[in-house]
Amino acid sequence: MDISFQQVGYSYAVGTPFEKRALYDVNGSIASGSYTAIIGHTGSGKSTLLLHLNGLLKPTDGVVRVGDVNITSHTKSKELKTIRKQVGIVFQFPEHQLFEETVEKDIMFGPMNFGVPAEEARTRAHELIKLLGLPEDVAKKSPFDLSGGQMRRVAIAGVLAFQPSILILDEPTAGLDPRGRKEIMELFYTLHKEQNLTTILVTHSMEDAAQYADNILVMHEGRSVLSGTPEEVFSNADKLSEYRLGLPRTVAFQRDIEKLFGKSIGRLALTEDQLAIAVSQALKEEGER
Amino acid sequence: MLEKMIFGRYVPGNSFVHKLDPRSKLLFVFLFIIAVFLANNTITYALLLAFTVLVILIARIRFYFLFNGLKPILFLVVFTLLMHFIFTKEGALLFEWKFIKIYEEGIRQGIYISIRFLVLVLMTTVLTLTTSPISITDGMETLLNPFKKLKLPVHELALMMSISLRFIPTLMDETDKILKAQLARGSDLTSGTIKQRIHAVVPLLVPLFVSAFKRAEDLAIAMEVRGYRGGEGRTRYRQLAWKNRDTFVIFLFAFLVAVLFWLRGGN
Ligand SMILES: Nc1ncnc2c1ncn2[C@@H]1O[C@H](COP(=O)(O)OP(=O)(O)OP(=O)(O)O)[C@@H](O)[C@H]1O
Ligand SMILES: [Mg+2]
Repeated sequence: MDISFQQVGYSYAVGTPFEKRALYDVNGSIASGSYTAIIGHTGSGKSTLLLHLNGLLKPTDGVVRVGDVNITSHTKSKELKTIRKQVGIVFQFPEHQLFEETVEKDIMFGPMNFGVPAEEARTRAHELIKLLGLPEDVAKKSPFDLSGGQMRRVAIAGVLAFQPSILILDEPTAGLDPRGRKEIMELFYTLHKEQNLTTILVTHSMEDAAQYADNILVMHEGRSVLSGTPEEVFSNADKLSEYRLGLPRTVAFQRDIEKLFGKSIGRLALTEDQLAIAVSQALKEEGER
Repeated sequence: MLEKMIFGRYVPGNSFVHKLDPRSKLLFVFLFIIAVFLANNTITYALLLAFTVLVILIARIRFYFLFNGLKPILFLVVFTLLMHFIFTKEGALLFEWKFIKIYEEGIRQGIYISIRFLVLVLMTTVLTLTTSPISITDGMETLLNPFKKLKLPVHELALMMSISLRFIPTLMDETDKILKAQLARGSDLTSGTIKQRIHAVVPLLVPLFVSAFKRAEDLAIAMEVRGYRGGEGRTRYRQLAWKNRDTFVIFLFAFLVAVLFWLRGGN
């Protein structure tokens, strides 16, 4: 399902003294099956934008199009339940949504709401527990007896369980240990590839954006200010720093090397592997001279 | 979604009401709550309502904002009104349809009680909207100071109050977040039978309680770590200052009570 934003504007708390404009004239489109990263300084409106994708917020102005459903300020909440089934959101700190007596039941909550029979929901829950690397016996435990990282995984399982075709991740690894981060990011990437998901990742990690995304959307003060492939976006270091964003470590390192050698060493290195190849290439050329 | 709820929220401003000393405001609201029960006929209830509207105007609070923010409470008011319409069976019969009979006294009682309720809610809301939680607590603590002699834990009570007030908006925001997360997982609060709807609240309440307890624990630890040891010997940074306008408010109240006594029906 393709997604597009046309002149989307949103204000919180309209008609109160706390009224706050969070989005202005956001435009952009996200192709079905693509992996898009949304980056931006804190408070730039990333989470607000995500909430529009399944109608949890309706735009004050403009249109959000998800598949063939248009969401405008007039869209009725009833029309949105079909979209909610298609769009899974892993919120910032999703462990705050856990409530059931057992982990298994909590994971089954989503699918059951969307009409999946209990037996199948249970099967999925057990598969997901394994997939997310949780110990087998956790199924019958209370989610509140788990560690923070484990709770996070259960919450993620709770979203994956209803098999959305659009998966939205709002800083899914914030506050996890480095190893857990990597595992979870890799897992999302595998799922993205295997199940041909449309994935949207909000992240403060330029490295994750560079490594996984096909496209990057940059938000700044409620506006969509830049978009393109990671190469395009990260070759724009000046603009990015204007939006208070940095470069991925690999690109920053590449820039340092280039300064040292006084010449460009080829394509932008978005992963450590690419960087290693580019640097060794450059060193070899240097040696031959 | 719940961002419009304003009960217990503070909106900074610089109207006459905002500038009043919290002590005079608290005293006024407290006495006003008692005075509301003096009203017993149409003119006294109308006076109360008019006076409240006047206070809202002076505080420069927009009615639309109040109305939106107090919707859930207004719902209760309407509910009370209807209950009286239907269940009070005194006075002349005005209207009859099948088993519904509406009597004159029912309408009168309903309207009176609703006004009473409404005026109380509006006055206290004006208080919290125009006074920061810290001022309210400071004012409360000073006003209750004499009761310390009776071993009333005034400081602790004031602290409890300020913490509650402080966390109302936080809990609202939290509820909003959790609500969104559960809606995204297909939970449905707006359709289905009453029983289904009550069931749908569980996924909202459990995380809310869990986080409230966690917050309470964190706060207790943070206070302990920073050496909080209760009220004994604490000094304060903000000093309250009683001005002429505060004295005026007290006189205004006395005047209001006098007029109420004068206009209320004898019995
Ligand atoms: N419930 C709310 N009520 C009022 N204003 C809000 C609310 N949520 C967010 N905002 C405001 O909207 C703006 C955008 O917030 P948003 O949460 O979308 O930012 P973000 O890009 O996700 O930031 P972060 O990276 O810190 O998560 C901010 O200025 C914020 O203060
Ligand atoms: Mg955010």
